Amino acid sequence: MATNLRKFNRFGSILTNHSNSLRRFSSPAASSGVLASADGQLLQSSKSINLYTAINQALHIALDSDPRSYIFGEDVGFGGVFRCTTGLADQFGKHRVFNTPLCEQGIVGFAIGLAAMGNRAIAEIQFADYIFPAFDQIVNEAAKFRYRSGNEFNCGGLTIRAPYGAVGHGALYHSQSPEAFFCHVPGLKVVIPRSPKEAKGLLLASIRDPNPVVFFEPKGLYRLAVEEVPEGDYTLPLSEAEVIREGSDITLVGWGAQLTTMEQACVDAEKEGISCELIDLKTLLPWDKETVEASVRKTGRLLISHEAPVTGGFGAEISASIVERCFLRLEAPVARVCGLDTPFPHVFEPFYMPTKNKILDAIKETVNF
Amino acid sequence: MSISHWLTRIGGGNLIKKIICSSLTLSHYQATASSSFPFLIRRNEHKAIFAFCSSTNVAFFGARRYNSTKTEGQLLSESDDEDGSTLEEKQGFDFPGGKIAYTTKLNFLPASSEKRVQCYRVLDEDGYTILSNMSELVSKELALKVYSGMVTLNTMDKFLYEAQRQGRLSFYLTTYGEEAINLGSAAALSSDDIVLGQYREAGILLWRGFTVQDFANQCFGNNDGHGKGRQMPVHYGSKSLNFVTISSPLTTQLPQAVGMAYSLKMDKKDSCVVAFFGDGSASEGDFHAGLNFAAVMDAPVVFICRNNGWAISTPVTQQFRSDGIVVKGQAYGIPSIRVDGNDALAVYDVVRSAREMAINEQRPILIEAMTYRVSHHSTSDDSTKYRSVEEIEHWKTLHSPITRLRKWIGRNGWWSNKDESKLHGEATTQVKVAIDEAEKKKMPPLRDMFTDVYDELPLNLMEQETMLRETIQKHPKDFPNNMPL
Ligand SMILES: Cc1ncc(C[n+]2csc(CCOP(=O)(O)OP(=O)(O)O)c2C)c(N)n1
Ligand SMILES: [Mg+2]
Repeated sequence: MATNLRKFNRFGSILTNHSNSLRRFSSPAASSGVLASADGQLLQSSKSINLYTAINQALHIALDSDPRSYIFGEDVGFGGVFRCTTGLADQFGKHRVFNTPLCEQGIVGFAIGLAAMGNRAIAEIQFADYIFPAFDQIVNEAAKFRYRSGNEFNCGGLTIRAPYGAVGHGALYHSQSPEAFFCHVPGLKVVIPRSPKEAKGLLLASIRDPNPVVFFEPKGLYRLAVEEVPEGDYTLPLSEAEVIREGSDITLVGWGAQLTTMEQACVDAEKEGISCELIDLKTLLPWDKETVEASVRKTGRLLISHEAPVTGGFGAEISASIVERCFLRLEAPVARVCGLDTPFPHVFEPFYMPTKNKILDAIKETVNF
Repeated sequence: MSISHWLTRIGGGNLIKKIICSSLTLSHYQATASSSFPFLIRRNEHKAIFAFCSSTNVAFFGARRYNSTKTEGQLLSESDDEDGSTLEEKQGFDFPGGKIAYTTKLNFLPASSEKRVQCYRVLDEDGYTILSNMSELVSKELALKVYSGMVTLNTMDKFLYEAQRQGRLSFYLTTYGEEAINLGSAAALSSDDIVLGQYREAGILLWRGFTVQDFANQCFGNNDGHGKGRQMPVHYGSKSLNFVTISSPLTTQLPQAVGMAYSLKMDKKDSCVVAFFGDGSASEGDFHAGLNFAAVMDAPVVFICRNNGWAISTPVTQQFRSDGIVVKGQAYGIPSIRVDGNDALAVYDVVRSAREMAINEQRPILIEAMTYRVSHHSTSDDSTKYRSVEEIEHWKTLHSPITRLRKWIGRNGWWSNKDESKLHGEATTQVKVAIDEAEKKKMPPLRDMFTDVYDELPLNLMEQETMLRETIQKHPKDFPNNMPL
């Protein structure tokens, strides 16, 4: 990751800055033992940590707070290739935190069985790019376990974590954002956090949610995104989007690492007199249409941005839904600034990406339509 | 009871006997060899059986194997001399798929055999031949070519790894410790054989004529590299060298290899497909799919597992409970053999035999090459987090496949210290020049981002290319300036 880190450092500082000023929980933390102040700010001690450490804390709490919880996957035992499971095997034992054989369909199938017995099964897929051997287990099994049995069985304790997204040099198979495939599957929840604080709260919520959740982690931010994160146990609500920047001219919707880029575009647009409202969708399935709809009713314009290829991406679903609900209020076509319809290329990555200026241009076009 | 004894009792002819023996060839004599000079004896057996296989009509052979030997071979293991059952009971009942004998003994098959499958070896650690006729089998020319290849591969790894550390490359991965598997198997194959690698098999390409410059070009993603800069470093490939481009998702190449082998079979080609994979990758579903398909389709494919003890941080003890990978072949009906992967001559010998069997008998073969991943998994890994430095050093120094072959060729009077320093000098210069050149070369043109998604550009990509070019014109500073537009 060395080269990539250098590349990303210039973005890193921006993320850190804005995260300090902007991060407010849209609703108080749900977990008991955590106090929330009137504006939703948590009254517990917090430390400035990066995203993988926040994930590590969440996993730690998950194991600590429920003796029937397990964490496993390829290379998880020594801490995982992204260090998210560091120290967990030592503390909670090799029977609760362990390496599996190298087989994604096995990992998820095993996790479904474990979850079906009333456990919390937290499975790690090493890269989202390698989730596809498990696709059948996720789509045909996990997602339909409850429905097909008339609710006699369920695997709601299942959470599948997978690092996703661009890192600067990952090419075809260490860069993909496969969220849309899973958003096409009734019975699943799909969650993507944007920052350390969000990651911890959303992951704990996903683990405790009584439905199978696919949790994609923005691996480009594992080390780079740093913010104050409450040290204790807290959850953030699923299926609730958050307005992380208020504005009046256009609504921008995104999730995960892409919000960093979108945020920069909003800042630049503001300099040119355009007021952008930025929404972090957080949960892509089932998603919070109300929050997006309310925002578009206010601004009259919508732009969606994601790293995944534009065709068939989740942006298409948001666009269609908002057009259905806000057709007469829209003052311009819904804009999508996304990855291109090619496999994720190595040396062409800077061209492939939905960059800040691509977003900024689209903001201006939409506002001036 | 031995196979031949049993066959005589049920009245099987000599021909069937031989067929059974040959269909069990590799795994059978692995399990039975016990003399103090097992290699010599086994070798002769092998040759004799082999001669028979090669001269047998393949179609006839295949048909006989299905009608009789496969089920009877299985029957054999179930039947029991002392259980007092009649011959009829022994011959068993015609279940779909063949006859199965009955037994009154409630016996579970053991989880594994008492002794671990042995490892075929020709050179000992000091480079002494255990087999006397090795210099007949391997000519001076061949041995030196294999050795030079191993040294060149090692040198290339050293400098490209270093280039990554210096931030000149985004990623790299070495083949340290597995040079013998690479070059030994490459030497045993014909250039018509199609190779599907995992990623630690650069030596095959090197042997086939992929130049150090070709490797460096791919790693730097420049316009001269195969692959047009689209994949990460080490994802090599070359159509003309019959080496299918590496894909990161593990084990996907195994079922694909079977499809390719089936095509060779249908075209009656005198070549086979060779698919490499790691001990970790053998856990994927595609491993099982690949082996089963290969067996059922009678595909001429050689599966070579590089069992290097580790899959990133996961040791083989957490990967499987079987006696490695070699024993899995038999369950699918595939002759299998284990070889010392740090013995270049043994690898050569085994792969050569496997290739002949695969082609002559039109069937798959499984090879498990025992070795050790001396390097970190890749430049993204620090293996001292999960294994001891002593363990790495032990393998690096005591079991170096390069040192072992070097001792042998030296002892044969084929290689001097002068030759050694000349080779190292040349390899070093060659690699350094190639890296510098590769770094200076033009990057692929922007167009290459959009081509080859399909055979021709569809409308959406044409539109996206146009839009991208407008963006580049508007914001040239957002994009790397070394990419030809
Ligand atoms: C389907 C899939 N899952 C996970 C990975 C990540 N990964 C890359 S290499 C590797 C270990 C492979 O080990 P092994 O097969 O033993 O090969 P070795 O590296 O030892 O040569 C893993 C887990 C991947 N590339 N593809
Ligand atoms: Mg391995």
